[in-house]
Amino acid sequence: MFLKVALLILRKDVAIEAKSREILYTTLFFAVSCILVFSFAFVKEGRAVEDAAAGILWIAIAFAGTLALGRTFERERFGETLKALLLAPAARPAIYLGKLLGVVLLLCLAELLLVPLVALLFSAALFVRPALLAGLLLAGTVGFCAVGTLFAAMLVRARTRDVLLPILLYPITVPVMIAGVRGTAALLASPPDEQVATMWLGLLVSFDVVFVTLALWTFEPLMTE
Amino acid sequence: MMVDFDQVALVDVTRHFGRRRAVSHVSFSACRGEIVGLLGPNGAGKSTLIGIAATLVSPSAGEVRFGGRGARSHGPALRGRIGLLAHELHLYPELSARQNLSFFARLYDLDVGEHVDAALRSADLIDRADDDVSGYSRGMRQRLALERTLLHGPRLVLLDEPFTGLDDRAVGIVTERLKRIASDGAIVLLATHDLDLADGLVTRVLLLRAGRLIADETAGAGLRGRYRALIGGG
Repeated sequence: MFLKVALLILRKDVAIEAKSREILYTTLFFAVSCILVFSFAFVKEGRAVEDAAAGILWIAIAFAGTLALGRTFERERFGETLKALLLAPAARPAIYLGKLLGVVLLLCLAELLLVPLVALLFSAALFVRPALLAGLLLAGTVGFCAVGTLFAAMLVRARTRDVLLPILLYPITVPVMIAGVRGTAALLASPPDEQVATMWLGLLVSFDVVFVTLALWTFEPLMTE
Repeated sequence: MMVDFDQVALVDVTRHFGRRRAVSHVSFSACRGEIVGLLGPNGAGKSTLIGIAATLVSPSAGEVRFGGRGARSHGPALRGRIGLLAHELHLYPELSARQNLSFFARLYDLDVGEHVDAALRSADLIDRADDDVSGYSRGMRQRLALERTLLHGPRLVLLDEPFTGLDDRAVGIVTERLKRIASDGAIVLLATHDLDLADGLVTRVLLLRAGRLIADETAGAGLRGRYRALIGGG
Protein backbone atom coordinates (compact mmCIF):
# COMPACT_ATOMS: atom_id res chain seq x y z
CA MET A 1 0.00 0.00 0.00
CA PHE A 2 2.89 2.36 0.88
CA LEU A 3 4.52 2.09 -2.55
CA LYS A 4 1.12 2.08 -4.29
CA VAL A 5 0.22 5.43 -2.74
CA ALA A 6 3.65 6.89 -3.55
CA LEU A 7 3.31 5.80 -7.20
CA LEU A 8 -0.26 7.10 -7.32
CA ILE A 9 0.91 10.54 -6.24
CA LEU A 10 3.78 10.39 -8.73
CA ARG A 11 1.33 9.47 -11.51
CA LYS A 12 -0.96 12.33 -10.55
CA ASP A 13 1.95 14.82 -10.57
CA VAL A 14 3.09 13.52 -13.97
CA ALA A 15 -0.47 13.85 -15.35
CA ILE A 16 -0.71 17.47 -14.15
CA GLU A 17 2.75 18.34 -15.50
CA ALA A 18 2.00 16.63 -18.83
CA LYS A 19 -1.00 18.94 -19.20
CA SER A 20 0.54 22.20 -18.03
CA ARG A 21 4.30 21.65 -18.64
CA GLU A 22 4.68 24.69 -16.46
CA ILE A 23 7.38 23.43 -14.08
CA LEU A 24 9.46 21.67 -16.75
CA TYR A 25 9.55 24.72 -19.02
CA THR A 26 10.30 27.24 -16.24
CA THR A 27 13.05 25.13 -14.67
CA LEU A 28 14.62 24.42 -18.06
CA PHE A 29 14.49 28.07 -19.08
CA PHE A 30 16.07 29.13 -15.80
CA ALA A 31 18.79 26.45 -15.84
CA VAL A 32 19.69 27.01 -19.51
CA SER A 33 19.90 30.78 -18.92
CA CYS A 34 22.16 30.14 -15.95
CA ILE A 35 24.51 27.92 -17.99
CA LEU A 36 24.61 30.42 -20.86
CA VAL A 37 25.55 33.31 -18.56
CA PHE A 38 28.30 31.25 -16.91
CA SER A 39 29.61 30.16 -20.31
CA PHE A 40 30.15 33.81 -21.27
CA ALA A 41 32.12 34.36 -18.06
CA PHE A 42 34.20 31.18 -17.86
CA VAL A 43 34.91 30.25 -21.49
CA LYS A 44 37.63 32.34 -23.18
CA GLU A 45 38.74 31.57 -26.74
CA GLY A 46 37.06 28.18 -26.61
CA ARG A 47 38.82 27.12 -23.38
CA ALA A 48 36.92 26.84 -20.13
CA VAL A 49 38.35 27.46 -16.67
CA GLU A 50 39.44 24.15 -15.11
CA ASP A 51 36.60 22.30 -13.33
CA ALA A 52 34.14 25.12 -14.17
CA ALA A 53 31.89 22.74 -16.15
CA ALA A 54 31.36 20.47 -13.13
CA GLY A 55 30.56 23.38 -10.82
CA ILE A 56 28.21 25.07 -13.25
CA LEU A 57 26.33 21.86 -14.04
CA TRP A 58 25.61 21.34 -10.34
CA ILE A 59 24.73 25.01 -9.75
CA ALA A 60 22.21 24.81 -12.59
CA ILE A 61 20.76 21.60 -11.12
CA ALA A 62 20.50 23.17 -7.65
CA PHE A 63 18.81 26.35 -8.91
CA ALA A 64 16.44 24.43 -11.18
CA GLY A 65 15.68 22.03 -8.34
CA THR A 66 14.84 24.85 -5.94
CA LEU A 67 12.44 26.31 -8.48
CA ALA A 68 10.82 22.93 -9.18
CA LEU A 69 10.41 22.14 -5.46
CA GLY A 70 8.68 25.45 -4.79
CA ARG A 71 6.33 25.14 -7.74
CA THR A 72 5.45 21.50 -7.03
CA PHE A 73 4.21 22.35 -3.55
CA GLU A 74 2.58 25.58 -4.71
CA ARG A 75 0.19 23.32 -6.63
CA GLU A 76 -0.67 21.39 -3.47
CA ARG A 77 -1.14 24.68 -1.60
CA PHE A 78 -3.44 26.27 -4.20
CA GLY A 79 -6.47 24.08 -3.51
CA GLU A 80 -5.16 22.90 -0.12
CA THR A 81 -4.88 19.48 -1.72
CA LEU A 82 -2.01 18.65 0.61
CA LYS A 83 -4.61 18.49 3.41
CA ALA A 84 -6.66 16.03 1.36
CA LEU A 85 -3.54 13.88 0.87
CA LEU A 86 -2.71 14.03 4.58
CA LEU A 87 -6.26 12.91 5.39
CA ALA A 88 -6.05 9.85 3.13
CA PRO A 89 -5.89 6.43 4.82
CA ALA A 90 -2.26 5.96 3.84
CA ALA A 91 1.01 6.19 5.71
CA ARG A 92 1.93 9.88 5.44
CA PRO A 93 5.57 9.21 4.52
CA ALA A 94 4.19 7.66 1.29
CA ILE A 95 3.03 11.15 0.32
CA TYR A 96 6.57 12.41 0.86
CA LEU A 97 8.00 9.58 -1.26
CA GLY A 98 5.53 10.25 -4.09
CA LYS A 99 6.36 13.96 -4.17
CA LEU A 100 10.09 13.17 -3.99
CA LEU A 101 9.87 10.79 -6.96
CA GLY A 102 8.02 13.44 -8.96
CA VAL A 103 10.65 16.13 -8.37
CA VAL A 104 13.52 13.69 -9.04
CA LEU A 105 11.89 12.63 -12.32
CA LEU A 106 11.44 16.25 -13.36
CA LEU A 107 15.05 17.15 -12.59
CA CYS A 108 16.34 14.04 -14.37
CA LEU A 109 14.44 15.18 -17.48
CA ALA A 110 16.00 18.63 -17.14
CA GLU A 111 19.46 17.05 -16.78
CA LEU A 112 18.96 15.27 -20.12
CA LEU A 113 19.20 18.72 -21.71
CA LEU A 114 21.60 20.39 -19.28
CA VAL A 115 24.41 17.80 -19.49
CA PRO A 116 24.84 17.95 -23.31
CA LEU A 117 24.56 21.75 -23.14
CA VAL A 118 27.36 22.01 -20.57
CA ALA A 119 29.44 19.50 -22.54
CA LEU A 120 28.99 21.60 -25.67
CA LEU A 121 29.52 25.09 -24.24
CA PHE A 122 32.44 24.16 -21.96
CA SER A 123 34.02 21.56 -24.28
CA ALA A 124 33.73 19.13 -21.38
CA ALA A 125 34.20 15.38 -21.92
CA LEU A 126 31.13 14.51 -19.86
CA PHE A 127 30.26 11.39 -21.84
CA VAL A 128 33.55 9.51 -21.42
CA ARG A 129 32.20 7.52 -18.47
CA PRO A 130 28.41 7.82 -19.01
CA ALA A 131 27.36 5.24 -16.40
CA LEU A 132 29.42 6.86 -13.64
CA LEU A 133 28.16 10.32 -14.60
CA ALA A 134 24.55 9.08 -14.60
CA GLY A 135 25.14 7.53 -11.17
CA LEU A 136 26.58 10.77 -9.78
CA LEU A 137 23.73 12.85 -11.23
CA LEU A 138 21.02 10.50 -9.98
CA ALA A 139 22.50 10.13 -6.49
CA GLY A 140 23.12 13.88 -6.20
CA THR A 141 19.62 14.73 -7.45
CA VAL A 142 18.01 12.31 -4.97
CA GLY A 143 20.05 13.76 -2.09
CA PHE A 144 19.20 17.36 -2.99
CA CYS A 145 15.51 16.60 -3.54
CA ALA A 146 15.22 14.44 -0.40
CA VAL A 147 15.98 17.44 1.80
CA GLY A 148 14.21 19.90 -0.50
CA THR A 149 10.94 17.95 -0.62
CA LEU A 150 10.78 17.81 3.17
CA PHE A 151 11.46 21.53 3.56
CA ALA A 152 9.11 22.54 0.73
CA ALA A 153 6.31 20.51 2.35
CA MET A 154 7.04 22.02 5.76
CA LEU A 155 7.05 25.55 4.38
CA VAL A 156 3.91 25.19 2.28
CA ARG A 157 1.87 27.22 4.80
CA ALA A 158 4.58 29.84 5.44
CA ARG A 159 4.12 33.20 3.75
CA THR A 160 7.90 33.59 3.28
CA ARG A 161 8.35 30.09 1.83
CA ASP A 162 10.08 31.31 -1.35
CA VAL A 163 12.79 33.01 0.71
CA LEU A 164 13.05 30.38 3.42
CA LEU A 165 13.39 27.35 1.13
CA PRO A 166 16.86 28.19 -0.28
CA ILE A 167 18.02 29.54 3.10
CA LEU A 168 17.24 26.20 4.74
CA LEU A 169 18.04 23.96 1.80
CA TYR A 170 21.45 25.12 0.57
CA PRO A 171 23.45 24.86 3.82
CA ILE A 172 22.21 21.32 4.45
CA THR A 173 22.81 20.13 0.90
CA VAL A 174 26.37 21.54 0.72
CA PRO A 175 27.85 18.02 1.21
CA VAL A 176 25.75 16.75 -1.73
CA MET A 177 26.89 19.64 -3.93
CA ILE A 178 30.57 19.15 -2.99
CA ALA A 179 30.38 15.40 -3.67
CA GLY A 180 28.59 15.99 -6.98
CA VAL A 181 31.05 18.65 -8.16
CA ARG A 182 34.19 16.76 -7.10
CA GLY A 183 32.90 13.48 -8.54
CA THR A 184 32.03 15.12 -11.87
CA ALA A 185 35.37 17.00 -11.91
CA ALA A 186 37.17 13.67 -11.41
CA LEU A 187 35.40 12.34 -14.52
CA LEU A 188 36.45 15.41 -16.50
CA ALA A 189 40.14 14.96 -15.62
CA SER A 190 42.43 13.68 -18.32
CA PRO A 191 42.50 10.72 -18.01
CA PRO A 192 39.22 10.35 -16.03
CA ASP A 193 39.85 9.40 -12.40
CA GLU A 194 37.31 6.62 -11.97
CA GLN A 195 38.48 5.70 -8.50
CA VAL A 196 37.89 9.19 -7.10
CA ALA A 197 34.55 9.51 -8.90
CA THR A 198 33.42 6.16 -7.47
CA MET A 199 34.47 7.29 -3.98
CA TRP A 200 32.32 10.44 -4.30
CA LEU A 201 29.44 8.37 -5.70
CA GLY A 202 29.61 6.12 -2.64
CA LEU A 203 29.51 9.17 -0.41
CA LEU A 204 26.49 10.53 -2.30
CA VAL A 205 24.64 7.24 -1.88
CA SER A 206 25.39 7.40 1.87
CA PHE A 207 23.98 10.94 2.02
CA ASP A 208 20.88 9.74 0.17
CA VAL A 209 20.28 6.92 2.64
CA VAL A 210 20.65 9.29 5.62
CA PHE A 211 18.55 12.12 4.13
CA VAL A 212 15.72 9.91 2.84
CA THR A 213 15.54 7.93 6.10
CA LEU A 214 15.44 11.09 8.22
CA ALA A 215 12.83 12.70 5.97
CA LEU A 216 10.56 9.61 6.01
CA TRP A 217 10.88 9.50 9.79
CA THR A 218 10.12 13.17 10.40
CA PHE A 219 7.53 13.87 7.68
CA GLU A 220 4.40 12.93 9.66
CA PRO A 221 5.14 14.93 12.87
CA LEU A 222 6.33 17.91 10.83
CA MET A 223 3.17 17.98 8.73
CA THR A 224 0.72 17.94 11.66
CA GLU A 225 -0.17 21.51 12.66
CA MET B 1 -8.00 -2.89 9.27
CA MET B 2 -11.50 -1.37 9.22
CA VAL B 3 -12.13 1.14 12.01
CA ASP B 4 -15.62 2.34 12.84
CA PHE B 5 -17.18 4.42 15.57
CA ASP B 6 -20.63 5.61 16.66
CA GLN B 7 -19.58 8.82 18.32
CA VAL B 8 -16.94 11.51 18.10
CA ALA B 9 -16.13 13.44 21.26
CA LEU B 10 -13.96 16.48 21.82
CA VAL B 11 -12.84 16.50 25.44
CA ASP B 12 -11.70 19.84 26.92
CA VAL B 13 -9.94 20.79 23.68
CA THR B 14 -7.76 23.90 23.60
CA ARG B 15 -5.64 25.10 20.71
CA HIS B 16 -3.16 27.98 20.68
CA PHE B 17 -1.47 29.43 17.60
CA GLY B 18 1.49 31.22 19.15
CA ARG B 19 0.01 33.52 21.77
CA ARG B 20 -3.42 33.51 20.17
CA ARG B 21 -5.95 31.10 21.66
CA ALA B 22 -8.13 29.86 18.78
CA VAL B 23 -10.13 27.31 20.79
CA SER B 24 -10.48 27.25 24.55
CA HIS B 25 -11.68 24.28 26.65
CA VAL B 26 -14.31 23.05 24.19
CA SER B 27 -16.10 19.78 24.95
CA PHE B 28 -18.93 18.17 23.03
CA SER B 29 -19.84 14.91 21.39
CA ALA B 30 -21.82 13.97 18.29
CA CYS B 31 -23.46 10.65 17.45
CA ARG B 32 -24.44 8.82 14.27
CA GLY B 33 -27.38 10.42 12.49
CA GLU B 34 -26.76 13.87 13.94
CA ILE B 35 -26.10 16.98 11.87
CA VAL B 36 -24.35 19.29 14.28
CA GLY B 37 -24.05 22.95 13.31
CA LEU B 38 -20.99 24.86 14.51
CA LEU B 39 -22.20 28.43 14.43
CA GLY B 40 -20.42 31.62 15.28
CA PRO B 41 -18.97 34.79 13.83
CA ASN B 42 -15.64 34.96 11.97
CA GLY B 43 -12.73 34.02 14.23
CA ALA B 44 -14.94 32.04 16.62
CA GLY B 45 -12.80 28.90 16.17
CA LYS B 46 -15.11 26.90 13.87
CA SER B 47 -12.46 26.02 11.27
CA THR B 48 -9.90 25.17 13.95
CA LEU B 49 -12.37 22.76 15.55
CA ILE B 50 -13.05 21.18 12.15
CA GLY B 51 -9.27 20.79 11.63
CA ILE B 52 -8.87 19.21 15.07
CA ALA B 53 -11.76 16.79 14.45
CA ALA B 54 -10.14 15.91 11.09
CA THR B 55 -6.87 15.03 12.91
CA LEU B 56 -5.04 17.62 10.80
CA VAL B 57 -4.53 19.99 13.73
CA SER B 58 -3.27 18.71 17.08
CA PRO B 59 -4.96 20.19 20.14
CA SER B 60 -2.62 22.03 22.54
CA ALA B 61 -4.60 20.40 25.37
CA GLY B 62 -7.47 17.94 25.55
CA GLU B 63 -8.20 15.18 23.07
CA VAL B 64 -10.53 13.93 20.35
CA ARG B 65 -12.00 10.48 20.84
CA PHE B 66 -13.52 8.47 18.02
CA GLY B 67 -15.85 5.97 19.72
CA GLY B 68 -13.48 5.61 22.67
CA ARG B 69 -10.28 5.57 20.63
CA GLY B 70 -7.69 8.30 20.51
CA ALA B 71 -6.82 9.79 17.12
CA ARG B 72 -3.29 8.38 17.16
CA SER B 73 -4.23 4.76 17.91
CA HIS B 74 -5.51 3.93 14.41
CA GLY B 75 -3.93 6.70 12.26
CA PRO B 76 -4.49 5.80 8.59
CA ALA B 77 -7.47 3.46 9.20
CA LEU B 78 -9.23 6.15 11.24
CA ARG B 79 -8.53 8.84 8.63
CA GLY B 80 -10.21 6.57 6.08
CA ARG B 81 -13.51 7.09 7.96
CA ILE B 82 -13.30 10.89 7.89
CA GLY B 83 -14.40 13.16 5.03
CA LEU B 84 -13.47 16.84 5.00
CA LEU B 85 -14.68 19.70 2.84
CA ALA B 86 -12.89 22.86 3.93
CA HIS B 87 -12.78 26.47 2.65
CA GLU B 88 -10.51 25.40 -0.20
CA LEU B 89 -11.95 22.59 -2.27
CA HIS B 90 -9.11 20.02 -2.27
CA LEU B 91 -9.30 19.61 -6.06
CA TYR B 92 -6.62 19.79 -8.74
CA PRO B 93 -7.80 22.44 -11.23
CA GLU B 94 -5.49 21.12 -13.99
CA LEU B 95 -7.25 17.73 -13.92
CA SER B 96 -10.78 16.85 -15.02
CA ALA B 97 -13.55 15.94 -12.58
CA ARG B 98 -13.15 12.27 -13.54
CA GLN B 99 -9.36 12.39 -13.04
CA ASN B 100 -9.76 14.10 -9.66
CA LEU B 101 -12.32 11.58 -8.43
CA SER B 102 -10.36 8.62 -9.86
CA PHE B 103 -7.21 9.78 -8.07
CA PHE B 104 -8.97 10.06 -4.72
CA ALA B 105 -10.85 6.78 -5.27
CA ARG B 106 -7.54 4.98 -5.80
CA LEU B 107 -6.05 6.76 -2.78
CA TYR B 108 -8.90 5.29 -0.71
CA ASP B 109 -8.52 1.90 -2.42
CA LEU B 110 -12.04 2.03 -3.90
CA ASP B 111 -13.45 0.54 -7.08
CA VAL B 112 -12.90 3.43 -9.48
CA GLY B 113 -15.55 2.64 -12.10
CA GLU B 114 -18.36 2.18 -9.63
CA HIS B 115 -17.65 5.07 -7.25
CA VAL B 116 -16.52 7.71 -9.73
CA ASP B 117 -19.52 7.41 -12.05
CA ALA B 118 -21.92 7.47 -9.08
CA ALA B 119 -20.21 10.58 -7.70
CA LEU B 120 -20.30 12.34 -11.08
CA ARG B 121 -24.02 11.60 -11.40
CA SER B 122 -24.65 12.82 -7.88
CA ALA B 123 -22.75 16.06 -8.60
CA ASP B 124 -24.74 16.43 -11.85
CA LEU B 125 -21.45 16.68 -13.75
CA ILE B 126 -21.60 13.59 -15.94
CA ASP B 127 -21.70 15.73 -19.12
CA ARG B 128 -18.67 17.79 -18.07
CA ALA B 129 -16.77 14.91 -16.45
CA ASP B 130 -13.79 15.14 -18.79
CA ASP B 131 -13.43 18.94 -18.70
CA ASP B 132 -10.67 20.46 -16.59
CA VAL B 133 -11.90 21.64 -13.20
CA SER B 134 -10.26 25.05 -13.85
CA GLY B 135 -13.08 25.71 -16.35
CA TYR B 136 -15.87 25.01 -13.85
CA SER B 137 -17.99 27.61 -12.08
CA ARG B 138 -17.62 27.92 -8.29
CA GLY B 139 -20.89 26.05 -7.79
CA MET B 140 -19.79 23.14 -10.00
CA ARG B 141 -16.49 22.91 -8.14
CA GLN B 142 -18.31 22.97 -4.83
CA ARG B 143 -20.60 20.11 -5.89
CA LEU B 144 -17.63 18.11 -7.13
CA ALA B 145 -15.72 18.81 -3.91
CA LEU B 146 -18.66 17.57 -1.85
CA GLU B 147 -18.78 14.33 -3.84
CA ARG B 148 -15.00 13.95 -3.42
CA THR B 149 -15.53 14.32 0.34
CA LEU B 150 -18.26 11.66 0.39
CA LEU B 151 -16.62 9.32 -2.15
CA HIS B 152 -15.41 6.78 0.42
CA GLY B 153 -18.58 6.82 2.56
CA PRO B 154 -17.04 8.47 5.63
CA ARG B 155 -18.53 7.95 9.08
CA LEU B 156 -17.54 11.48 10.16
CA VAL B 157 -18.30 14.21 7.61
CA LEU B 158 -16.71 17.59 8.35
CA LEU B 159 -17.94 20.52 6.31
CA ASP B 160 -16.65 24.09 6.54
CA GLU B 161 -19.04 26.49 4.78
CA PRO B 162 -20.27 23.87 2.27
CA PHE B 163 -22.83 26.17 0.65
CA THR B 164 -20.37 28.77 -0.63
CA GLY B 165 -21.06 29.59 -4.29
CA LEU B 166 -24.14 27.37 -4.63
CA ASP B 167 -27.38 28.61 -6.18
CA ASP B 168 -30.75 27.88 -4.54
CA ARG B 169 -31.30 24.64 -6.49
CA ALA B 170 -27.83 23.33 -5.64
CA VAL B 171 -28.30 24.31 -1.98
CA GLY B 172 -31.50 22.23 -1.94
CA ILE B 173 -29.71 19.24 -3.50
CA VAL B 174 -26.78 19.47 -1.06
CA THR B 175 -29.14 19.86 1.91
CA GLU B 176 -31.05 16.73 0.91
CA ARG B 177 -27.77 14.88 0.33
CA LEU B 178 -26.53 15.76 3.83
CA LYS B 179 -29.82 14.72 5.42
CA ARG B 180 -29.62 11.42 3.54
CA ILE B 181 -26.06 10.59 4.61
CA ALA B 182 -26.94 11.47 8.22
CA SER B 183 -29.97 9.19 8.12
CA ASP B 184 -27.68 6.48 6.70
CA GLY B 185 -25.58 6.75 9.86
CA ALA B 186 -22.97 9.43 9.27
CA ILE B 187 -22.00 12.00 11.88
CA VAL B 188 -22.11 15.41 10.18
CA LEU B 189 -20.30 18.41 11.66
CA LEU B 190 -21.11 21.57 9.75
CA ALA B 191 -19.39 24.92 10.33
CA THR B 192 -21.26 27.88 8.91
CA HIS B 193 -22.27 31.42 9.64
CA ASP B 194 -25.31 31.18 7.34
CA LEU B 195 -28.12 30.85 9.87
CA ASP B 196 -30.89 30.56 7.27
CA LEU B 197 -29.29 27.50 5.68
CA ALA B 198 -28.42 25.94 9.02
CA ASP B 199 -31.93 26.45 10.38
CA GLY B 200 -33.72 23.69 8.49
CA LEU B 201 -30.76 21.33 8.28
CA VAL B 202 -28.97 20.87 11.58
CA THR B 203 -30.33 18.72 14.39
CA ARG B 204 -28.14 20.31 17.04
CA VAL B 205 -26.49 23.70 17.39
CA LEU B 206 -23.16 24.57 19.00
CA LEU B 207 -22.64 28.30 19.35
CA LEU B 208 -19.05 29.49 19.51
CA ARG B 209 -17.65 32.89 20.41
CA ALA B 210 -13.95 33.79 20.70
CA GLY B 211 -12.95 30.13 20.81
CA ARG B 212 -15.37 29.21 23.60
CA LEU B 213 -18.47 27.04 23.38
CA ILE B 214 -21.28 29.17 24.79
CA ALA B 215 -24.31 27.03 23.93
CA ASP B 216 -25.04 23.42 22.99
CA GLU B 217 -28.71 22.89 22.27
CA THR B 218 -31.17 21.01 20.09
CA ALA B 219 -32.05 22.84 16.89
CA GLY B 220 -35.49 24.31 16.54
CA ALA B 221 -37.33 27.29 15.23
CA GLY B 222 -35.98 30.74 16.05
CA LEU B 223 -32.31 29.95 15.58
CA ARG B 224 -31.58 33.51 14.46
CA GLY B 225 -33.15 34.93 17.65
CA ARG B 226 -31.12 32.67 19.91
CA TYR B 227 -27.97 33.43 17.95
CA ARG B 228 -28.59 37.18 18.27
CA ALA B 229 -29.20 36.86 21.99
CA LEU B 230 -26.06 34.83 22.66
CA ILE B 231 -23.60 36.13 20.07
CA GLY B 232 -25.03 39.47 19.00
CA GLY B 233 -25.61 40.57 15.37
CA GLY B 234 -26.58 37.77 12.97
